Amino acid sequence: MKKKLTAYLPIGIVFLYLVIPLMATLLYSLSTKWNKTVLPEGLTFSWYTTLFQDDQFIQALMHSLILSAGATVIAAVVMVPAIFTIVVYAPKWEKWLQATVLMTYAMPGVIMAVGLLRAYSKAGLPMVLVTIGAYFIGIMPYMYQGTRNSLRNIRADKLMEAAELLGATRTKAFLQIIVPNILTGILVSALLSFSILFGEFVLANLLLGGSFETIQIYLYQKLSKSGHLASAIVVCYFLFISILSSLVVKFAQRKKETI
Amino acid sequence: MRKKGLSVYITLAPLVIFILLFLLVPLISMVISSFFQTEGGSFSFHNYIEVFTNPYYYKSFKNSILISVISSAIAMILSLFTAYAITFFKKRVQDRILVLANLTSNFAGIPLSFAFIVLLGNSGLFTILFKELNIGMFSDFNLYSWTGLILIYVYFQLPLAVMLMFPAFHGIQKQWKESASLLGASPFQFWYRIGMPILLPSAAGTASILFANAMGAYASAYALTGSTYNLVTIRIGALISGDIFAQPQLGSAIAVLLGLTLVTAMLFNEWLMRRVRRDVK
Repeated sequence: MKKKLTAYLPIGIVFLYLVIPLMATLLYSLSTKWNKTVLPEGLTFSWYTTLFQDDQFIQALMHSLILSAGATVIAAVVMVPAIFTIVVYAPKWEKWLQATVLMTYAMPGVIMAVGLLRAYSKAGLPMVLVTIGAYFIGIMPYMYQGTRNSLRNIRADKLMEAAELLGATRTKAFLQIIVPNILTGILVSALLSFSILFGEFVLANLLLGGSFETIQIYLYQKLSKSGHLASAIVVCYFLFISILSSLVVKFAQRKKETI
Repeated sequence: MRKKGLSVYITLAPLVIFILLFLLVPLISMVISSFFQTEGGSFSFHNYIEVFTNPYYYKSFKNSILISVISSAIAMILSLFTAYAITFFKKRVQDRILVLANLTSNFAGIPLSFAFIVLLGNSGLFTILFKELNIGMFSDFNLYSWTGLILIYVYFQLPLAVMLMFPAFHGIQKQWKESASLLGASPFQFWYRIGMPILLPSAAGTASILFANAMGAYASAYALTGSTYNLVTIRIGALISGDIFAQPQLGSAIAVLLGLTLVTAMLFNEWLMRRVRRDVK
């Protein structure tokens, strides 16, 4: 009994610390006015209806989706075959890939923004493409980890050997045997990458700013204007991200069960 | 049997191009530009001298390192207790707690700072509550101070720390504790002789990830007060974005120094891990 209490106490404190800000934001987004009284003066859904009627919000949402989904899809299409090739056919090169991944992991967005602006702000390359490129690099660690682990789990090298002995071409064996078997793993990494990019602010703000407003930039601009509207955005954002990460957890568990 | 062949190079080419264009070229042009005082000027160390002699800039490093160390330390201590406490629960409850940690770890940057403004800002919910209740200690609290910023940093560090430390605690088996106490070891002896050496590599790794995470953080402080906090990342952002005072070359120099700090932290961690592991053997 005594053990239970000492276990509940730290978890309880941390739980409150993590959950109270979320609950307060939720309540704030549902209240009419709440800046002088202890409890909100009234409850309303109007901030949410205002939000979804705002064209600027819908546009920002679309921009975020284009950047995040675009970078994730390109990353999956480019990285999965490349990582597969390195793991199966050129394992000697894997240490170079690992070094690159480590480097991207250690470089925060601010540093990348400086470099990208120095290299491309005057080169005439559209900044939207530069941002997608930067996002591609940013999610590399997650895509690499996920793909490599999936390939190891299914013993991709042995599968390829068998397929090639039976007369399949490399491309055919990769597309029809390897890809279906690692699809869940790739999906998990892709969802994780997407949700990380969806919450990205630094690169979007420094590279694109107002010219291609993402959801995070839209939120930043609404902060000083309407707290209630801003909290409605935060609640929607958190719900969306939570659904994505629940999917990640669900898929990851299913993957574990099938192996 | 495994010939590399042309197909290998064709599948690798796009990845290499992406890495060149969006990682190496930017980093190299940043390093080059950090050695030029102005556009088209001559090679000099002026920007670096400026960083080390202008108190405004070297203080930003001091502030960033300080807030990173403090927030990482608080998150580490809390996560040690929490991760250990989680091991007492049933598997199903453990999974739920970890899912919650995973969810809240997504809550960072602008949305997180905003949630704290709602709670503790100038007309925040708790601020009003504390004023009504007249609790002196809390009503003096200012979210826009360093203490306020640490509160926010700890929030995004904590779930990450718990998720990274839990597997290490999970690995310490109940039977070990039982056998140790059967052999006459006190709980303190168990943790000092067995628990700590097992946890140390994970703890060192986690601490260095937390430190790097905090050093590179930008959005939380930016959302709170724009450019007022004198942090490295905020200084870089202000120097390169299109302000009137934009000095991208100086910004590059600071970014290079920040990058070096992070690489040093990582190498230090690796060196420490190797040492610790050898001691365990």
